[in-house]
Amino acid sequence: MKHSGNFGKPKRYGMVIDLDKCTGCGACMVACMAENNVPFKEDESKKLDSISWLQVYRLTNGKPYPDAEVCYLPRPCQHCAGKHEGHSPCVSVCPATATDYDQQTGIVSQIYTRCFGCRYCMGACPYHARHFNWWDPVWPKGMEKYLNPDVSARMRGIVEKCNFCFQRYQKATEKAHAEGRRDLEENEYQTACTQACPAGAIIFGDLNNPKHAVHQIAKPNLKKGGQPQNPKAFRLLEELETNTKVYYLSSKQWVQDAIHKPHLLDQKEAHH
Amino acid sequence: MDSALIPKGVKRCPIWQFALGLGVVGAVLLWGVYAMILCWFKGLNQTNMNDYYGFALWIWADLAVIALGGGAFFTGLLKYVIGKDELKNIINYAVLIGFICYSSALLILAIDVGQPLRSWFIFWHANVHSMLTEVAFCLSCYFCVLTIEYIPLILENRQLDKVPFVHNLSHTMHEYMAVFAATGAFLSFFHQGSLGGVAGVLFGRPFAYREHLFIWPWTFFLFTWSAAAYGPCFTLLVTRITEKITRKQLVKDTTIQLLAKIAGWMMFTYIIAKIIDTVYWATTTAPSLGFTLKDFYSNNPVYGYWILFAEIVLCGVVPALMLITPKIRSNRLLLTLATILAVIGVSLNRWVMVLQVMAVPVMSFDIWAMYYPSWQEVATTILPVAYGIILIMISYRYLPIFPQEAELNPLEPEADMAAAAGTEETTEEVPEPGLTPAEA
Repeated sequence: MKHSGNFGKPKRYGMVIDLDKCTGCGACMVACMAENNVPFKEDESKKLDSISWLQVYRLTNGKPYPDAEVCYLPRPCQHCAGKHEGHSPCVSVCPATATDYDQQTGIVSQIYTRCFGCRYCMGACPYHARHFNWWDPVWPKGMEKYLNPDVSARMRGIVEKCNFCFQRYQKATEKAHAEGRRDLEENEYQTACTQACPAGAIIFGDLNNPKHAVHQIAKPNLKKGGQPQNPKAFRLLEELETNTKVYYLSSKQWVQDAIHKPHLLDQKEAHH
Repeated sequence: MDSALIPKGVKRCPIWQFALGLGVVGAVLLWGVYAMILCWFKGLNQTNMNDYYGFALWIWADLAVIALGGGAFFTGLLKYVIGKDELKNIINYAVLIGFICYSSALLILAIDVGQPLRSWFIFWHANVHSMLTEVAFCLSCYFCVLTIEYIPLILENRQLDKVPFVHNLSHTMHEYMAVFAATGAFLSFFHQGSLGGVAGVLFGRPFAYREHLFIWPWTFFLFTWSAAAYGPCFTLLVTRITEKITRKQLVKDTTIQLLAKIAGWMMFTYIIAKIIDTVYWATTTAPSLGFTLKDFYSNNPVYGYWILFAEIVLCGVVPALMLITPKIRSNRLLLTLATILAVIGVSLNRWVMVLQVMAVPVMSFDIWAMYYPSWQEVATTILPVAYGIILIMISYRYLPIFPQEAELNPLEPEADMAAAAGTEETTEEVPEPGLTPAEA
C-alpha cells in the first residue's frame, strides 16, 4: 500500500477524539466490528484474546464519591508516524513486510495474506492496538450474508488491526478519480466509528489540510512530528516519539495528568 | 547387538539399558510431539498467550537455547580461528550441543508462528529493517553451518568410516572446518546480536528499548557477548552431567579449565558492560521516555528488584568471579556450581528481555499483564530437551564425541572377556591419544 495512487499532496489522515463528549456507549466499537468483519467468540468474557480494533477504556480519578469522576477513552490504532514518517513501532519490526505505512495517507495497514503470525508487531505496539486471530472466525448462522463485501475476513493465525476503514478511502478515491478529481472532500472519506458516534466525539480528516476540522482543532505542528498546539489536546505516550495521528481533547486537568501519571488512576478499573 | 557400531576402545552400557533410557525420554518426547500437533492443527488458542502476551514461554526458550548453544560458535572460534588447540577435546561436544540448541530453536519457531506454512515469507518478503529478518537469515545459515560441522562426526562412526568415500569426505571436511568455524562465528555474531536487537529496537516499550550505535541497540552487542560468555558454561555443564551419568571422566581437566577460564573472563567483562548498560538505561533512557526504574519493578506480584539482583549479581558477577579465580575454578564442585549459576543467569536475562517486556504496562491506564503457560506450551518446550537428550545418547553411544575418553578410561581386562562373551562392550584398539578421532 506504499503507492496507493497519485492524488495530489500526501495526506495525513487522523482523528480527534473529544473525551468530554464521549459517553462510553460503545457504538463506535460495534460500528467498527460490523464495518470491518471483526470476528467474535461465543464467550467474550476473556477480553485479552478478544479482537476489538477500537477499545474503549474507562478511567477514573480514583477519588471516592462525591468527588469520583469517570472518563471514557476510545483507543483505535494510533497510526504512528514514528520519528521520521513511516517509522512506526510495528511497521519497522515486521519481518515479512506484512504491515506497511502508506506515505500517501499516513495510514498503517495490515496485509492479511502476507502476515505469518510471528506477533512481533504486537509486542512492539505500546497501545495494544494489534490483535491476533487465535481462532478461525465463526459467524452465527446466516450472518455471513451480512458481512461487508469490501473487507476480507481474516483467518486464524494472523494479526489484524484498525486501518481507518481503508476500504472506504479506496472507494472514495475511485469515485473521485472517475469524476476527474484528485482530492477528496472531507465528508467523502469518514471512518465507521466517526459516523456511528452519537455524541459526535470522534472527528476524522486530513491533518495536513487546514480546511479539515481535525487540523483546526488539534493544530498539529507538522515540524515537530505533529505535536498538538491546542492546549486541550494531547496524544498518548508523546514522550516515546511514536508521533501518533490520534489526538485526544479533554478540559479536565486530571485526565490530562493521568495520561502521564499512572498513580492518579484507579488501575483496577482500567479495562472496559 | 550393536557393538560393531560402538567406537573403538570405549565401553558402553548394555543395549537394554540404553533402550530403556531411550524409551523413558522418548515417552516425554511423544508428549511434546502430541502438544505440537495440537498447536499446529488447532492453532495457538492451545496456548495461554493473548494479545498482551504475544511473546511467551516459547520465545524465551528460543532465546535461551540460542544463547546456551553459543558454546559451539565461540569454542569453534577459539579452536579454529584463534588457535586454542587444547579445545579440540571438547569441540565435538560443543558442536553437538550447539546443533541441538539451534535445531530446537528452529522447531520452536515453527510451532510459535500462527501460520507455519507461510514461514518462508520471512525470506521472500523480507523487511531488511527488521531485526527478526536478520535473525531468520543468520539463524538458518548458521544451522546449516552447524550441520556441516556435525556431519563429519557422524561419518566417523566405525562402520561408516570403513567406506573409503565416507572416510575421505570426513577427512576433507575436517580440513576445511576452520572456514566453517569462522563463517559460523561471523553468522553467530549477527544472529545473537539481532536477537538482542529484537528487544532493543522496541521504542514503544521503554523497558526493552536501548540507545543505538549506528543501527544497533546496545542489546545487540550484549546478547552476542553474553552468548559467547555463557554458552561455553552450558557446554561445560552438559559435559559434567554427561560425566556424572556415564560415571567416567570424558574430558581432561586442562581442557575444562581453559574453557572455564575464558568463559569466566568473558562473563566478567560482559557483566561490567551489562551493569553500565543497566545504570544508563535506568538513569537516562527510561526517564527520557517518561518512566522511572520503579515503574518496571513494582505494583505486580512477580517482577521486583530481586530479578535484577538475581540476573546481574547472583548469576552474573558471582559466577564470573568464581570462574576467573583459579582456586575456585579448579574445584570441580564449585566449577559446576558456577556454570549452573551462569546458565540460570543468561536464561533469566532472556526471560526478562522477552516476558517482562510484555508484562510491563506502557500506557498509564494499563495494568501489568501476567501470564502462565498452558500444558501444551510446557510440553512443547520440554520437547526439545527430550530431543536433545536422545540425540546426545545416540551420538555418545555410536560416535567418537570425546577424543580423550579412551585414554582417560582404559578398558579393564574383564571388558575383553565380556566382549568375547557377546555383551555390548567393545575391546577395540585405543586410538592414538591426543588426536581427535578424525585425525586418528
